[in-house]
Amino acid sequence: MTGERSRNARREVSFTVNGKPCSVAVYPMQRLLDVLRSELHLTGTKEGCGEGECGSCSVLLNDELVNSCLIPILQVEGASVCTIEGLAAEVLHPVQRAFLECGGAQCGICTPGMILATISLLRHHPAPSMAQIREGLSGNLCRCTGYIRIFQAVEQAAKTIEATGPGAAQSSFDSLDASR
Amino acid sequence: MKQRVVGVSVPRKEGAGKVTGNARYIDDLSLPGMLYGATVRSTVARGTIAGIDFCDGIPWNEFTIVTADDIPGKNAVSLILEDQPCLANGRVNHAEEPIVLLAHPERHLLPIAVASVHVRYETQRSIHSIEASERGEEIIWGDDNIFKTYLIVKGDVDSVWSDAAWIVEGEYSTGAQEQLYIENNGVIASFKEEEGVTVWGSMQCPFYVHKALMALTGLPEDKVRVVQTETGGAFGGKEEYPSMIAGHAVLLSQKSGRPVKLLYDRMEDMAATTKRHPSRTRHRTAVDKNGKLLGGEIEFVIDGGAYATLSSVVLSRGTIHAGGAYYWPNIRVRAKAVATNTPPHGAFRGFGAPQSLFALERHMDHVAHTIGLSPDEFRRRNLLQSGQSTATSQVIHEAIDLNQLLDRALLLSSYHEKAKQFAAHNLESSRKKGIGIAAFLHGSGFTGSGERYLNSLVGVEATELGDIRVLASSTEFGQGTNTILCQIAAEALGIDYEDVRMAPVDTRVVPNSGPTVASRTAMIIGRLVQSAAAGLRQTLIASGFLAGSASCEHFRAACRDYIRRFGKLQSWSRYEAPPNVFWDDTNYRGEAYPAFAWAVYVAEVTVDTATYSVSVDDFVAVQEVGKVLHPLLAAGQIEGGVAQGIGYALYEKVVWKDGRMLNNQMTNYIMPTAQDIPPIRVYFEEIPYEYGPYGAKGIGELPIDGPAPAIVNAIVHATGKSFCTIPLLPEDIFAGLANLRPQGIAEVRR
Repeated sequence: MTGERSRNARREVSFTVNGKPCSVAVYPMQRLLDVLRSELHLTGTKEGCGEGECGSCSVLLNDELVNSCLIPILQVEGASVCTIEGLAAEVLHPVQRAFLECGGAQCGICTPGMILATISLLRHHPAPSMAQIREGLSGNLCRCTGYIRIFQAVEQAAKTIEATGPGAAQSSFDSLDASR
Repeated sequence: MKQRVVGVSVPRKEGAGKVTGNARYIDDLSLPGMLYGATVRSTVARGTIAGIDFCDGIPWNEFTIVTADDIPGKNAVSLILEDQPCLANGRVNHAEEPIVLLAHPERHLLPIAVASVHVRYETQRSIHSIEASERGEEIIWGDDNIFKTYLIVKGDVDSVWSDAAWIVEGEYSTGAQEQLYIENNGVIASFKEEEGVTVWGSMQCPFYVHKALMALTGLPEDKVRVVQTETGGAFGGKEEYPSMIAGHAVLLSQKSGRPVKLLYDRMEDMAATTKRHPSRTRHRTAVDKNGKLLGGEIEFVIDGGAYATLSSVVLSRGTIHAGGAYYWPNIRVRAKAVATNTPPHGAFRGFGAPQSLFALERHMDHVAHTIGLSPDEFRRRNLLQSGQSTATSQVIHEAIDLNQLLDRALLLSSYHEKAKQFAAHNLESSRKKGIGIAAFLHGSGFTGSGERYLNSLVGVEATELGDIRVLASSTEFGQGTNTILCQIAAEALGIDYEDVRMAPVDTRVVPNSGPTVASRTAMIIGRLVQSAAAGLRQTLIASGFLAGSASCEHFRAACRDYIRRFGKLQSWSRYEAPPNVFWDDTNYRGEAYPAFAWAVYVAEVTVDTATYSVSVDDFVAVQEVGKVLHPLLAAGQIEGGVAQGIGYALYEKVVWKDGRMLNNQMTNYIMPTAQDIPPIRVYFEEIPYEYGPYGAKGIGELPIDGPAPAIVNAIVHATGKSFCTIPLLPEDIFAGLANLRPQGIAEVRR
């Protein structure tokens, strides 16, 4: 929620989301989170706290992991944004699959952010140690899992990506109905 | 018989939607013409409302404004009692009590508008502690500030003191804890004159909301529809509170004639919604010269906040669990829930048991230390055995061997070796290491006669395509309801897991199978699904459409044929209590729960005596929960519960000032992060329970009961200081080690 909008006029901001260029007429101080969710209808990015503590709204901004609740949209001009919707096309991304198979997602509300944090972590540390996993995910809170199965998902995803590359192979989970 | 689907870690039913971001939570939904709602709340803890001013500078004519005067039915959040108003009417009894509701099409205008409603109060003196409530400094509820009392009596505890070799006393307390689901509370309501009202929202108990909305609106049953949306964590925090927020959204929708979304932000959710009840427990225990318990007197008190809500039932579970997993020949438990001018405390995983079990398991260590036995040996001499009875005189018929569970936990945690190593290590290091145990139980299902009153109904039906839907009001909020109930149905029907799905949790579609709480879904609802599914299969066989053993394809064909011939294929199952379950509600005696889950947890900690910080280094969780339906989900439940228990013990402190939460942000209310969690090593013993589905019992709440006492026992072991209060933050440890304030009252008499 951004207040004080009346003092600012809407303006055009252009950036790339999940590989597609887009242009939105928004208030400059609107949060990237709200623009993604309300203007672009990309609701996979979640709001948990609105103050950069929980990481549920994590997205990749020019390949860096950020809390989209802390990013004014003006700062996104010309940048590229990757959200959870940008990961799976025909098949699940290896990180998504690992979360599914290892039990890394319970209620699912932290999951999109946690998955993007994992992708960022694995880019910096393709074969992360447990200490690196813990540190890499320490900005993303999960209240359900106790993190243990998320750690296992990260390890499994790292192995899959190492073995097959990020374009990764088929799995029995790919055919699951996405809704239920 | 070997199972095909049950006991296998099949993919979570709604998992793909969750990892792709396609799952739709309440804030991801909107309706045409929808307004956004907001709540004006009390800033004082107690007083009368002298006036409400709507300040200049806001276009109030654009807003829908609702006060208590707009309520068509009864101004109450209908739950057990109806003492809590939906909107304050003339007076407030706690800070954050809702007074005025606002709605507007522009979401961003609402915070400004809320801040521009000024409520004038004539304040009254308020009370904010169990002690102030007990002393009756002010009478704020009923005649005596007491919501509920219970008394459990077994044997004659008054006769044991004279024969005791030791009498050991202790006092223990626990603080409030925020559920901190990552998705805040939220609903959308749509009121239409002809159709009635529909509410979509994040919730555990759609039929609780349904009942509350009928009372609030005065509408008949068929004009109120409640639909659960994907729910981002709950832990009890979405058991009773959704009835309040749903009521507010309905009032706004009814007045505006438009759909209304009412969604809390984190600060509002933390400040205004329920938390775990703070508690105080006093123990007086008699032990004979062989280290056997002779008897105990326990006084258990919880702070219920300003209204009754669920406090009587939270107190009930806490009271029944107060004697724990031990054999007490004589015991008396006196319990009460008292009122304070604090936002009402409510359901949170464990529901009273984590409080009384923290006290008991700390006290067991304290007694062991006093009488010169090791914590494991003292427990070994007193753990319940099959054939013995609990505090409510419930005889344990299960073939459980708690000493074996204890041995396994000690072995897996290298308890004795570690204890020896740490004794040597601690002589030379400022980083003191300790290891602690908790042994405990958790009752599955509603307490006492509760399941009989709920009278749950579950259905299983075939669709025209020949696949199967389970009809139950059991909600999924991360714990795996969808998955395990579909597993059970598939197993009983003899078909594939993929061919079974859950019907949407919509009060127009599913029957009332009770709330999704109390570790009842796997054991109670699972059993009903199993029997409804078996009934459906039997119907197909009896009709001649299905042979005894058939492939999934044959099964589908049989369903299609049956539906073509008879119109529909459904099977229903209603709860029946297992035989020989008897509960005396007046004397609080008998079968408190159909079954218990049992556990022994061991925590290993390091206490840095320079910084007073604590790290949990290792955690072993051994439990017996009957048949494990889904090993992956089951382990996930235990790990998540242990993590919440670590927070409960070491980090999560609600800071109160005059009945308001001061640290209502994730920035300063600290829950465990990925950096704070030790390896959590989870082990199951499986003793199938005769009346559970394929032998399963409850599991969800058990793991929150043990971590806090195990961790604090380990801290006491590391430091030699008898800490008796949680949360135990570094400043508390500093104060304890520096003898700045007394920790507990531990009196010993020989």
